[in-house]
Amino acid sequence: MALPQTITSELDALVTHYPDRRAALIPALHRCQEQLGGWLSPQTLEDLAAYFGLEPVEVFGVAFFYPMFRLRPRGRHLVSVCHNVSCSLRGAEQLLEHVCKVTGAPVGGTSPDGRFSVVRVECQGACANAPMLDLDGTFHEDLDPERAERILRSAP
Amino acid sequence: MKRVDRYLLARVDLPDSHTLAVYRAHGGYQALEQVLRKPWKPEQVTQVVKDSALRGRGGAGFLTGLKWSFMPDPAKDPRPRYLAINADESEPGTCKDRVLMERDPHGLIEGCLVSAYAMRASTVYIYVRGEYRVSYARLQAAIDEAREAGLVGRRILGSDFSCEIWMHPGAGAYICGEETGLMESLEGKRGHPRPKPPFPAASGLWRSPTTVNNVETIFNVPFLVLRGADWFKALGTKGSTGNFLCGISGHVERPGVYELPFGVTAREILEQCAGGVWKGRRLKAFFPGGSSTGLLPASSVDVVMDHDSVKAAGSMFGTAAMIVLDETASIAQLMEVTLRFYDHESCGQCSQCREGTEWLHQIFRRIVRGQGRMQDLDLLVSLANGMAPAKTICALADAAAIPTLSAVKHFRAELEQCVRLGRDPLATATAQSPEHHEAHA
Repeated sequence: MALPQTITSELDALVTHYPDRRAALIPALHRCQEQLGGWLSPQTLEDLAAYFGLEPVEVFGVAFFYPMFRLRPRGRHLVSVCHNVSCSLRGAEQLLEHVCKVTGAPVGGTSPDGRFSVVRVECQGACANAPMLDLDGTFHEDLDPERAERILRSAP
Repeated sequence: MKRVDRYLLARVDLPDSHTLAVYRAHGGYQALEQVLRKPWKPEQVTQVVKDSALRGRGGAGFLTGLKWSFMPDPAKDPRPRYLAINADESEPGTCKDRVLMERDPHGLIEGCLVSAYAMRASTVYIYVRGEYRVSYARLQAAIDEAREAGLVGRRILGSDFSCEIWMHPGAGAYICGEETGLMESLEGKRGHPRPKPPFPAASGLWRSPTTVNNVETIFNVPFLVLRGADWFKALGTKGSTGNFLCGISGHVERPGVYELPFGVTAREILEQCAGGVWKGRRLKAFFPGGSSTGLLPASSVDVVMDHDSVKAAGSMFGTAAMIVLDETASIAQLMEVTLRFYDHESCGQCSQCREGTEWLHQIFRRIVRGQGRMQDLDLLVSLANGMAPAKTICALADAAAIPTLSAVKHFRAELEQCVRLGRDPLATATAQSPEHHEAHA
């Protein structure tokens, strides 16, 4: 297997930004995750290793280190709820509980219908608009459980 | 509090503030033109930054001009030179750089160019935390616009100065906000901090001279060029010059990001900017500069917000991210959440940090759940003293130890009461809070 050409042509441009091609690895992991189903399969990581001329274990090691990279399949929508200090002071735990109820997904898991995965995350830099959640890469801030429910219900 | 003469946030509320046209219409790129057309010598730019006594806004408060002066003489050192912008804003409570990046990205781009000119760097990397997608997109669009206008790339504004600016996303690891962790991450590796020395100016990105500066720090530079060091020093206090961005969050009526001169008090920020403690309640405690700084009790609310005064009060100015707790908050629970974070974010290289953060987390966790032991209080202190100061490669262990020690110092009686009662009377529901952080995979 090899990476799709749409991705490799992007990566070919990206590696020119650095004196060492490997520096493009983290941006490359992002591109693959975004374009190949929201997670990084073992095959994708091996393909990336081949692209960069690295041992697969090197690429696995990097991917595993960073919380934004997901190494297992997930639901169609990823809901990340911040549980750090500023959010927890303004009701993050109640928000998270409601998110789980509305989506049917347990924390750290996926709903039976495969629509939602829900995870706890550390501070997202939305502290002055707490609590917050991130739905598929978009911040939703100044939330209460009812507003969060409306946002989640309107997800396709 | 007297009227604040805003410059950092002067443009952020303009319609289309993120575009080149609006930036230019409000004085944008004049500092770059002045430096390149007059022209200034690179050393002159560094000198005005030195004279201004600008201190880094990323948490440590190091003198920016002094840091720049550590870069080797290019006549004697032919290696490529890099400027890396630390836009990995992730200290809990901190959300200020995001405002600048989303709403005034050209201000940062101009700051990068003028600073790179001063340090004779021809490549700038902006390392933005992965979750800040709007910041990333706005900055990328601003770089594209600037390149189109001849402001980024080869022979900028027809001068001999060439400079490329590249965006680089992080991927959710707090430790990459540590400058050597950031460099490892930028090189495509795990964000494991490097032992210092060598310092980045001697051996940074790809073993070349590198300076790492925070977003807000660099954002100040064009203003220093245009308005001079004396203007800057007239703002603020003797040891902390200029204005700073304060993000205030937690139990307040109006959380937000406010621009203030050094020298205001925490009380003025709390009461006049943030509308006071919410729900008419009383203040219990606050972090003055993010969760890595010592927790201060309500009695410290008149502390002057500058580096020296907050230090004298037993904490740190940090990133000026004030997190406010009202009288109903549980200190044990606050500390469980705080230490859970450091436990999750420890990179694992140093055993004091890897084991210590987890241990501190577990102890606060059991105190909240009524399973604490009286000797836990001394154990917290003993563990924290084993982790810091300066016992590990980077300061993450310190960042966990400092709030721990301050919580025990100021709130020992409350923590002991939780142990005695076998429950934390102030705790709110935490049934789902994980004992060990979930594997993100």
